[in-house]
Amino acid sequence: MATVLSPADVDRIAALARLELTDDERARFATQLSAILAYADQVQQVDTSTVAAAAPSSDSRLREDEPRPSLDRGLVLTQAPAADRAAGLFTVPRVLGS
Amino acid sequence: MSVPERATDIRAAVAAGELSAVEVCRAALDRIARLDPPLHAFLHVDEAGALERAARLDRERPADAPLLGVPVALKDNICTAGVPTTAASRLLEHYVPPYSADVVERLERAGAVIVGKTNCDEFAMGSSTEHSAFGPTRNPWATDRTPGGSSGGSAVAVAAGMVPLALGSDTGGSIRQPAALCGVVGLKPTYGRVSRYGLIAFGSSLDQIGPFGTSARDVAAIFGVIAGHDARDSTSAGAAVPDYGAALTGDVKGLKVGVPRALVADGVEPGVRAAFEASLDALRDAGAVLSDVELPHAPLAIPVYYLVANAEASSNLARYDGVRYGPRPDAATLHDVYYHTRARFGAEAKRRIMIGTFVLSAGYYDAYYVKALQVRALIRRDYDEAFARVDLVAMPTTPTAAFRLGEKTEDPLQMYLADVFTVAANLAGLPAISVPCGLTDAALPVGLQLTARAFGEATLLRAADALERRLPMRRPGAGSI
Repeated sequence: MATVLSPADVDRIAALARLELTDDERARFATQLSAILAYADQVQQVDTSTVAAAAPSSDSRLREDEPRPSLDRGLVLTQAPAADRAAGLFTVPRVLGS
Repeated sequence: MSVPERATDIRAAVAAGELSAVEVCRAALDRIARLDPPLHAFLHVDEAGALERAARLDRERPADAPLLGVPVALKDNICTAGVPTTAASRLLEHYVPPYSADVVERLERAGAVIVGKTNCDEFAMGSSTEHSAFGPTRNPWATDRTPGGSSGGSAVAVAAGMVPLALGSDTGGSIRQPAALCGVVGLKPTYGRVSRYGLIAFGSSLDQIGPFGTSARDVAAIFGVIAGHDARDSTSAGAAVPDYGAALTGDVKGLKVGVPRALVADGVEPGVRAAFEASLDALRDAGAVLSDVELPHAPLAIPVYYLVANAEASSNLARYDGVRYGPRPDAATLHDVYYHTRARFGAEAKRRIMIGTFVLSAGYYDAYYVKALQVRALIRRDYDEAFARVDLVAMPTTPTAAFRLGEKTEDPLQMYLADVFTVAANLAGLPAISVPCGLTDAALPVGLQLTARAFGEATLLRAADALERRLPMRRPGAGSI
């Protein structure tokens, strides 16, 4: 599969990732991402019939889903760009467009 | 007395009362003030905090503190409560974490003095430290060259003697590659050996924190402090932590070392090859038994890595939405907050988010992401088969010595190939170390990479120490810094 990305493909991916690209970035990424994906295409040629897609860790354990102490809310909110500290909330502009 | 170069000697002098922690700390801060301006290893030096901490250690003189009074620098993607942590990104430009990473808590309990935060590629994505939003770091051996990356600042801080020890993080070679290019020891631990709690996430199935030092002994000392189980990291390993210092016997007689000759046949520059062969001779002279091994899928490690790591990165970096931390741009709607915030990512972070988003998107997920995970399993199987026959696998850490600033920034694929020998250890979850093994004709350092079985760090350190006794390490000389 030779994947060549057009500027329109780049726009579609950028929208999925919530990235705004400049015209220069759009053109440059179409070329660079196509080259990187063409290089990555060599994994397609490998016979993987003998393996499952493996999880990396062989030592994962589960714990009970119980409430535990966590970071202080007021301390966390000191890093927020906008917050209602009295109510203990992050604040954002309106969610819906005009 | 003057401050010794090595952490283990500093600790002994402070414990014996021959030096105070404050004297040691001031000496490190003086060296940083003198040497850092042309190199730019540090993004933040916590002078007041470090001196206060050193003074407290002098007052309290805690017993059982294996790093008592030892200055340590941390890569700026390791969270430090109350001290800025930016991951070299405009997204976290003024971020001050409300908590410390597990490794920071462990270093403090061990009596270390954290002096500052070091430069890196933005979010640890890069191989030259040129992708830092705050300007590149320069190699102390030749200041027109990069130190490698992404943990370039930590490697340089140690190589230039500003601090005896530093921590970095390694997702595809980001400790070992700069260690090789700067002529210091760098250890990437087994996945799960060191807690990732408080490490700003890049590729969560690959990321590990690890140390830089000027000797295997110093690296063993700090590694014994940071290794161990942490319930706050769900992939943290429960295996007992051995006494790594006790492993440094100098004896490698009978140690079986495999060399993947086919893998290192091409693309290795002559000066690197010569130093690599000389280090193999030194291991053989010390009694190690060398043989050839095959890692048939290792040539696929780079494409597999850039599919898996970027998929994970696109997911991890989705959290930078401008709501909970970081600067907020002017925006009328939440939609605009997202877009205007994320416009602050640098070009490399954007490229990786784009690749990762693409390979996880509908229609491409199976062909790229799942396929990459399957080939990852084959790469791991190759190592399992090799380690049934040998104790260590040896190869050059990098195909070339330090490259020039700007040499690879316009061609991302060429930059990615700087990691050709390092990424497989991350994909397989195995520990690997880079040990200085000589200089090229241009007087640039070369690193030997040794890889071991999971949790085989003691064997890596033993071999590194034995090699060090036969190939003494050199420091950057006059004419460089």
